[in-house]
Amino acid sequence: MERPLTKYLHPDGSPRFLREYVATGGYRSLQRFGTELAPKDVQRLVGESGLRGRGGGGFPTGTKWSFVPMGPDAPKPKYIVANGDEMEPGTFKDRVLMEGDPHGLVEGMIMAGYALDAEVGYIFLRGEYHLSAQRLNQAIAEAYAEGYLGKPLPGTTFRFDLHLHSSAGRYICGEETALINALEGKRAVPRAKPPFPQTVGLWGQPTIVQNVETLYNIPQIINHGTDWYRRLSRTKDGGTKIYGISGRVTNPGWWELPLGTTARELLERHGGGMADGVRFRGLLPGGISTSFMIEEHLDLPLDFSSFPPDVGRLGTGTMIILDDQTCPVGFVLNLEKFFARESCGWCTPCREGLPWVAKLLMAFEEGRATSDDLSLLEMHTKWLAPGHTFCGLAPGAMAPLQSALKYFREDFERHIAIGGCPWSKKSAQQRVLV
Amino acid sequence: MSERSESCEKGEKWKETRRLVSHLSLVSSVSHKQTRWTMLTDTERRELEDAVKHYPEKRGAAIDALLTVQRHRGWISDESLLDIAQFLEITAEDLDSIATFYNLVFRKPVGRHVAFVCDSISCWIKGCEQVQEQIKNLYDVDLGQTTSDGRLTVLPIACLGHCERAPAMMIDQDVYGEVAPEKMENIMEKYK
Repeated sequence: MERPLTKYLHPDGSPRFLREYVATGGYRSLQRFGTELAPKDVQRLVGESGLRGRGGGGFPTGTKWSFVPMGPDAPKPKYIVANGDEMEPGTFKDRVLMEGDPHGLVEGMIMAGYALDAEVGYIFLRGEYHLSAQRLNQAIAEAYAEGYLGKPLPGTTFRFDLHLHSSAGRYICGEETALINALEGKRAVPRAKPPFPQTVGLWGQPTIVQNVETLYNIPQIINHGTDWYRRLSRTKDGGTKIYGISGRVTNPGWWELPLGTTARELLERHGGGMADGVRFRGLLPGGISTSFMIEEHLDLPLDFSSFPPDVGRLGTGTMIILDDQTCPVGFVLNLEKFFARESCGWCTPCREGLPWVAKLLMAFEEGRATSDDLSLLEMHTKWLAPGHTFCGLAPGAMAPLQSALKYFREDFERHIAIGGCPWSKKSAQQRVLV
Repeated sequence: MSERSESCEKGEKWKETRRLVSHLSLVSSVSHKQTRWTMLTDTERRELEDAVKHYPEKRGAAIDALLTVQRHRGWISDESLLDIAQFLEITAEDLDSIATFYNLVFRKPVGRHVAFVCDSISCWIKGCEQVQEQIKNLYDVDLGQTTSDGRLTVLPIACLGHCERAPAMMIDQDVYGEVAPEKMENIMEKYK
C-alpha cells in the first residue's frame, strides 16, 4: 500500500528539511516546468487526477482552479493561500504534514502558483501551531536560498514569493472568505458570495484558498502522473487520505490510507478497536461539523462521493468516536458550546441561535428539560439550516445535533424522564480512571 | 473678547475635554491626525517593518503587529494599541476591533505564563474537565483568571490539534498531551 504523503516522515516526528526532501525527489518536477509542462498542463493533470479538497468540503480542485481568470488580460497579482487554520475539533492531519515535511507544502504552493500564474502565496497558519510555524519558516528560508522561491524557475519567467501568516485564533478563520479578511488584517467575518474568491479574493484579486493536505497532493500528481494517482484510491476520488481517530479507542492516531477505506477497517484494524470496557455507539467521520454515523454505516467507503445524502459528508476524515460510557447529550452540548463561542457574531441566526441551542442542551444535562425543549432543538436544526445563515458555521453545527436527535433520541428522552443525565456519576468516575 | 479669541478658547476647552476622554475611553488621537510620539522600541519597530513587507498594504500586518508587540510586552494595553495603530496608519478604534476579535490577542494583563486548556470534544471525552479542576485545586484559579502571584493565567482554547493524545494543553508555546491531573504539578515545574 502506497503512502506518498507520509512514507518519508520520521517516526519520531522530527522534521525533514531541504537536503532530505530533495534526496527523496522533492522539487525535481519543477525542472520540467517551462519545457515539458506549461501552466495549463499542470491544471489539466490536477483536474484529471480526481483530487478533491481535503479541508472538509471535498470540492474538486481542478474545477475550483478552472474559475480563475487566465491569460494576458487576467488581473495581476493573483494569490494562492494555504488554509492551515486547522481548528476543526478532532482534526490534526495538517499539523502532522507541516511539522514533518514542511517543504512539501512549499513545493505544492509553487506548483499551484505556476499552474494559475499566481505569483504570491500565503500560508495561513493557526496561531497555536508554533512548531509548524518554526519549521515552515525554516523551509521557506531554505527554498529562497536555493532559488525555488523569489527567482524565476529555470526555463520560465515564473517567479513565486511565499509568506507565512501566523493567525491569532478563532475557528471562523477556517472559512475561506473569513480567512481572506483575516489575512487582510480585518475581523474574520465571512464575505458574501458571489463574487467567489477565485475571481475577487484577497485585496480584490483572484485567489485560490486550498487546504494544506490538498496542496501536499499536488507534487505527487505531477511527479507520478494521474493514472498512478487515481490507482491509489479505492473509489473514483483520487489519491490517499490522512485519516485519524480520537476518543476511547485502543490506539488513537493517524494513518495515510487509500481514499474509500471503511470506518470499520479504520477503527478495528488501525485503531485497535474500542478501548477496554467501552462499546461503540457512533462516530463523527471528520471533525464536528459532520453528522453522526452509527453501526450500520461502518462499511461505507470514507470518501467524498460515496456517502448517501442522509449520512452527510466525510468532512476532514479524522473521526471522533462516541462510546457507551459517554453521554451523547453531553457530547453534543460540548460541540454546541464550541460553535456558540466560535460564531463570529456577524449574522443573527448563528449569533443568537447557537447559544440558545447550547442552553437547551444544558437544560437536558441539568434535568430541567421538557418535551417542548426537544421540539425546540428540532426547530433549530431547520432555522439554522443551509440558506438561513451567512456562512456554513451554523449549518455545520446542526449536522451533529440533527443526527444525534435521530440516532440517540431515546437518550434525550431519558434525560427528561429521570430529570438529569443518566451518565453523570458514572462518566465522571470513568474519566478519572482513563 | 473678540469673536476670534472666543473660538480659540472653545478650541482649547475642546482639546482638554478630548484629552480627558481619550484617557477614559480610548478615543484615539491618531484618528484626528494629531501628533503623538510613537513609543515602539527599536526592536519592535524593526520587527513591524519586516512584517509589513509581506503585505501590499500596511494594515495587512495588523495581526502580526499585535502579536509581535504582545510578545515583547505580555499584553496589548491601550497605549500599545495606539503605538501600533499609529505605525499602521489606521485608527485605534479600527485596530481595537481586530484586537478584541482574536482570542490570542490579550487586551488585559496576563500572568508570566499562560496555560491554554483544550476543551473541545476529543479532550472532553478524555477528561479535560478534570484537568481544569486540578488546576483550580493546585493554583486557586478559574478559567479566565490569573493567580494572585502573577505566575499563571488559565484560558480555555479550541481544539489544539493533538486529539490522538487527549487531553491536551498548551503552556506558552509548549504542547502537552495525555495530561492526567496527577501530572499537572510536574508539568508546571518548568513555569515559575
